[in-house]
Amino acid sequence: MLIKERTSILSSEITSEAIFLNRRKLIKAAAGISVAALLPASARAQVKKYAQVPVGPYSGALQPTDYEDVANYTNYYEFSTDKKSSTVLAKNLQTSPWSIAVEGEAEKIGVFNLEDILKNNPLEERIYRFRCVEAWAMVVPWIGFPLGTMLKQFKPTSKAKFVEFTTLYDPKVMIGQKTNVLAWPYVEGLRIDEAMNPLAFLATGMYDETLPNQNGAPLRLVVPWKYGFKSIKAIVKIRFTETMPATAWSKMGPSEYGFYANVNPEVAHPRWSQSRERILGASIFTPKRKTEMFNGYGDQVASLYKGMNLAKQY
Amino acid sequence: MYLSKRGWSFIKIIIFFLCLSPFLLLINSTIQDQLGANPIQALHFNLGDWALRFLCIGLALKPLKRLTKQSWPLRFRRMMGLFTFFYASSHFLVYIVLDLSLSWEEFVDEVPKSPYILVGLFTYLLLIALAITSTKAMQKRLGKRWVQLHKLVYVAGISAVIHYLWLVKSDIGEPLIYASIMFVLLGFRLQNYIKNRKAVAALVKRRSTT
Repeated sequence: MLIKERTSILSSEITSEAIFLNRRKLIKAAAGISVAALLPASARAQVKKYAQVPVGPYSGALQPTDYEDVANYTNYYEFSTDKKSSTVLAKNLQTSPWSIAVEGEAEKIGVFNLEDILKNNPLEERIYRFRCVEAWAMVVPWIGFPLGTMLKQFKPTSKAKFVEFTTLYDPKVMIGQKTNVLAWPYVEGLRIDEAMNPLAFLATGMYDETLPNQNGAPLRLVVPWKYGFKSIKAIVKIRFTETMPATAWSKMGPSEYGFYANVNPEVAHPRWSQSRERILGASIFTPKRKTEMFNGYGDQVASLYKGMNLAKQY
Repeated sequence: MYLSKRGWSFIKIIIFFLCLSPFLLLINSTIQDQLGANPIQALHFNLGDWALRFLCIGLALKPLKRLTKQSWPLRFRRMMGLFTFFYASSHFLVYIVLDLSLSWEEFVDEVPKSPYILVGLFTYLLLIALAITSTKAMQKRLGKRWVQLHKLVYVAGISAVIHYLWLVKSDIGEPLIYASIMFVLLGFRLQNYIKNRKAVAALVKRRSTT
């Protein structure tokens, strides 16, 4: 798979592609084969769960953000509006067993065990940029599978124009759901062609390990060309619909958060600029980075929005 | 409360270092890299919080004087006002130097698009005017107008709360707490003002009838 060079990435952010991929392969090989084979069982347990998962396409030569930063800086309002508190509060979430209801305009609907879904969808790693609407950004190596491949297994009908996702609703555990900061449960959606785009991804792990609860375990969406709030966490329901789903943030502030929410440096949020982003984990003297159209994924997704006025359909 | 001049100086020094301690602790956390994934924002928000807290404390001193029927709370008004200015200045400098990396291009790109930053800058301009005229010499020079000028702190109180309210995405809980505190503190002034006007009106009426 050819990985395209993007010239607008700061050179300081880039580890040479060849070195980077080679190093990852070497680390993976070392972790997966030699260590596991040669060391006693006690040491084997320390090998990361997804160490042998291959690196998939579109991963780019990006340097991942520190794990600790990604795992302790989450917007998970189901638990807390504080980015660090959700790390602790989300520990109470039971992520196994987990089932997902598939509903609406598809031939194969019903309730499916996550385990069975995982069996039918081989895992791969995708190293993606992640850009929050709050103007910070990070790079995360996700472990999961393409969304489109999985959706096709449910055989959506021609009436399926959109896909709607719903997060678990359980205010006893997700104590943030007792407040009314958002309309619960959290709902997100994609147009069907967006969902079928090979970049759209479902993650169940990151950094070669099981997804931490605060990052959306056991299954979350990852749509790297859109603002982070589109990438819904702890999915329990997937519904194929004919009409555009009413999503959580667009219900909360329709003039501030649209359905599409494509990363777009030209279109400011009504209350702040989107032209630059703060790189998480950088030193306090590192300047902000210029935000790219579609978060740098224009080659893959710009064609989805041909003829649309993205300033109006934000 | 009776204390000698030296006694008050001693208390003032202690209070001064107490007020400075959040700043020193923040500097320490920055050096030790304990501010998390987004240290600039953590610094920026923390300093802003403290500016707003000191503004509230400063505005609470007069009501406190009324409640306790003691005059000592007024001794700390200048210090609290200047600490408000100190934390607001640090908050402003973190924004300009660290967040915008001193880039004029970024400033003109970002500020006009962000109403909450505009309100914040407006608040800071008011605080500058108040800090410059906070000396005893200025107080003497401006006389009656000094009192009028320093009523601008009420405007700063309101705009500081708006600055915070417009920043948050959906969880307005914390800014609402500050809004309620500000409402009580400014409500106290409004109530006094109405009371005084009524008293004056009554006095005028009594004089004109007799």
